[in-house]
Amino acid sequence: MSKTTTEAELPPAPDDTEAERLSTAPVDSDGPTGIGVIGWARWMWRQLTSMRVALILLFLLSLAAIPGSLLPQNGQGSQAALKVVAWKAQHTTVAPIYEKLQLFDVYSSVWFSAIYILLFVSLAGCIVPRTWQFVGVLRSRPPAAPRNLTRMPVYAAWRTEAEAEAVNAAAHRLLRRRGFRAHLSGDSVAAEKGYLREVGNLLFHLSLFALLGGFAWASLASGTAGKLMIEGEGYANTITQIDDFSGTPFYTSDDLDPFYLKLDAFTARFQSSGSQIGAARQFTANVEYSTGSDPTQTKQGKIEVNHPLEIGGSKVFLIGHGFAPVVTVKNAKGEVVYHGATPFLPQDANQTSTGVVKVSDYGVGPDGKKVQLGFTGNFLPTAPASFENTGPISLFPDDAAPMLVLNAWAGDLGNDAGRPQNIYQLETRKMTQLMQDGQPARVRLKPGQGWDLPDGYGTLTFDGYKRFVSLNISHRPGNEVALTGAVLAILGLIGSLFIQRRRIWVRALALPGGGTQVELAGLSRSESAKIAEELAELAVDLQDDAPATDDASAADGSDNTDDSDDSDDSEDPGPDPGAVDAPSEPAPADLNSKE
Amino acid sequence: MQLASVDPQLADLSNKLIYSAMVVYTLAMFAHMIEWTFGSKGAIAVRSNAAAASLSETVATASTKAAKKVTVTVAGTGGRTTTLTRTAVAGEGATVVTSGRGADEVDGPGAAGTSERADLAGRIAVSLSVLALLLHGGGIVARGLSVSRWPWGNMYEFSCAFAFAMTASYLALLAWKKNVRWLGLPVVLAALLTLGIATSLLYTESDQLVPALHSPWLAIHVSTAIFCGGAFYAAFIATLLYLGKDSFERRTAAGLTTGPLGTSASIWRRLPAASTFDKLSYRINALVFPLWTFTIIAGAVWAEAAWGKYWEWDPKETWSFITWVAYAAYLHARATAGWKGRKAAYLALAAFACWLFNYYGVNIFVTGKHSYAGV
Ligand code: HEM
Repeated sequence: MSKTTTEAELPPAPDDTEAERLSTAPVDSDGPTGIGVIGWARWMWRQLTSMRVALILLFLLSLAAIPGSLLPQNGQGSQAALKVVAWKAQHTTVAPIYEKLQLFDVYSSVWFSAIYILLFVSLAGCIVPRTWQFVGVLRSRPPAAPRNLTRMPVYAAWRTEAEAEAVNAAAHRLLRRRGFRAHLSGDSVAAEKGYLREVGNLLFHLSLFALLGGFAWASLASGTAGKLMIEGEGYANTITQIDDFSGTPFYTSDDLDPFYLKLDAFTARFQSSGSQIGAARQFTANVEYSTGSDPTQTKQGKIEVNHPLEIGGSKVFLIGHGFAPVVTVKNAKGEVVYHGATPFLPQDANQTSTGVVKVSDYGVGPDGKKVQLGFTGNFLPTAPASFENTGPISLFPDDAAPMLVLNAWAGDLGNDAGRPQNIYQLETRKMTQLMQDGQPARVRLKPGQGWDLPDGYGTLTFDGYKRFVSLNISHRPGNEVALTGAVLAILGLIGSLFIQRRRIWVRALALPGGGTQVELAGLSRSESAKIAEELAELAVDLQDDAPATDDASAADGSDNTDDSDDSDDSEDPGPDPGAVDAPSEPAPADLNSKE
Repeated sequence: MQLASVDPQLADLSNKLIYSAMVVYTLAMFAHMIEWTFGSKGAIAVRSNAAAASLSETVATASTKAAKKVTVTVAGTGGRTTTLTRTAVAGEGATVVTSGRGADEVDGPGAAGTSERADLAGRIAVSLSVLALLLHGGGIVARGLSVSRWPWGNMYEFSCAFAFAMTASYLALLAWKKNVRWLGLPVVLAALLTLGIATSLLYTESDQLVPALHSPWLAIHVSTAIFCGGAFYAAFIATLLYLGKDSFERRTAAGLTTGPLGTSASIWRRLPAASTFDKLSYRINALVFPLWTFTIIAGAVWAEAAWGKYWEWDPKETWSFITWVAYAAYLHARATAGWKGRKAAYLALAAFACWLFNYYGVNIFVTGKHSYAGV
């Protein structure tokens, strides 16, 4: 290369390493910086905010999430909690150990939290300096051309008769036209493009904080209530009228949205043929509701599986449904002692349901003493013709052949003691089962049929049935924050992954023997081959202003006779007009190792 | 969306089309195998042919001396370089010629080598793949029409659509004049494997959906998930080939004459360079990652509408998250000193393993809210 002669005219050596940094990623460094506690603290902070540790933490996070997907977890509703209990009962030896390790509460466990908190601390420590650094980059010029352009990963050069200054000016103009931020100084042009990559990357990482914020808000200020409602019933959304409530520090039962809701009708449709017979096809609850301020103004609404009803700050979801048989119980004197619809809880996909009818106000029994009655049994929307092989199970989830199957108990229901009672279970400790012919008394009733209770306890009639729905009333703030974070994260990612940040330098130098040497070099992330093409295009354009002289030395590629593999793309062995010989082996440009 | 009826004729047609597609894929697979077999004989001929080709080209360039011509030197890893030459002839468009110096950096000629018979077999294989894809697509459409909904409501349907996405992306790349025919055999094998599992283990009869799946999000969330799956699969294949070719290149450097695991050197020599595979798998993964992010978010939005909570650590959600974090770790690794190359490739494999487990494992072994209709 004829470069040595011109070296004296070069500006003071720019910081080549700086010019080669295309990312604001933190530079990994080892060893404590300084001494004593502060030195170590600083070292630890550097480590924590390094890319290597971020990588390890990400890896740990995905590992730590695994056990929660394989073991039942608390805090995911009552059904999941029941599964936890069942699992513990089955694995009595390991359960206490797992419990200690918080394996049933993985996502709120100390260790899981520690990992993601560390990750976010690391992220903050990484992103804030990177943002400042990037602002600095935007306010300063693209880094000046490195002294030795042949060291850059893509490089082209030729000789021309055009004036060096004119060539540099033309290069400056061409680069600008291509959307580069270009700066002409002295004998070279420095240009850079694709800043949106860094913007995108910063935006992505920052929006992860918005996501986390949305999550945190939701977990601190949301609450859910459950309510089971039979057709025709209504309720006011207060703690006394809902079935259960789980709140958070900033959303207690006092904060429940005041509204009134009534279930007018519930429709269900099921697949009635084919291999998926019985699979649900449609559920719709038609409701009437009014908001707290004006209870007389009611509105009509519809709740479906994917379409919750929004009332005030709450959403009402349809999460289940079932049947509530209506029965009437009369005592021996023929007085009605009980009449009502009792929800029976579905046990399987075909709505085989179990439930309890408790007659607390039976009054005086046949033996003259105060007594209470309890009935346990099943409601089958589609009962089989005989129970012989199957027992009482339903064959289809809809009411094709409804039947109520009951056993009867007499004694003390135990609900006077003030102990909380499960309304779906019968406490039989102080009750005796009524017998008939030496067998526990049991009856199968179709709607409209009645049963003469044994031992003169009176009668029970199965009047019919209604449908009920289970509703979930959920108040969850922070959704918008999380969603905004998520959308920004995607936009940021797109910028970060699809935009190439790259630099191009052009240097035209007057040669001592007359003529001008034009050198072009480019730098981008090694993943993209595009920079070579971009540089070639620029060079071809630039040759309009700086035509290559014909008499130059052989083309760079012409010594490639050892290149034997390819058939279609073999090198042009002819002389390359005006090419200055490029270095035969440019330095390997493993860009990122310098970052 | 809520038509309760099923058109049994269309459903039956769908099954027949899927089976026919499998037969044609199998034929395509054989044609590709023939391509690879014949190609191994042609590979040696490459060298002598190449010399002849450059002679004739000298003549051609001599006559177009007036062309503007630029040669760009591109530095590769380990001191190797490639050059890229761009010529702009007056009145004609620019042409780009890329060639390499430092033998290993160069992409191999492809499965067919220079054998014409092998090339013919390869072309037949591609035509058969196109035919199979048409049958396959017809099967999916018929399935959708038979129930008047999007045809991805259960595992069987996901799998069919997923194999379709994979083959379609590969053929689209070919149509786009990308040099990817060497991917043919692995892609067709993967499509056959997926369809085989779908029709034998996961088959569910054509039917309506449970209400939880009645949502426009089904079309959005599930179709992007299927697309991501197909693309991750392709990137996985590229990663495996990268590891193989990289080992082969190391073995060659060490003077060994066979590929890893005793495979024939001829196969590896015909494949693209390790760095090409490496870039390909990175590009696909990087391209798909934002879409995968979108898929998870779309799922969360849907969950919010259906269950009232956008995130509940349901097993499917959890494994999507694990997969996401694993791919994020891979992308980080690519940007971290000392983690490129094989180490990053292992991370990519681990991330894909998470994806596979999410797809098959979670649906089959773990019960959660995502288990509906059939499997
Ligand atoms: C909260 C967890 C994190 C996730 C999910 C995440 C995800 C990602 C993803 C997907 C990319 C790829 C984009 C690209 O290649 O340009 C990326 C790039 C990057 N991340 Fe993170 N990241 C996290 C935390 C961190 C932390 C803690 C740091 C700081 C040590 C960090 C620093 C970077 C840097 C510097 C890049 C860009 C590298 C480059 O220039 O290509 N990230 N991150």
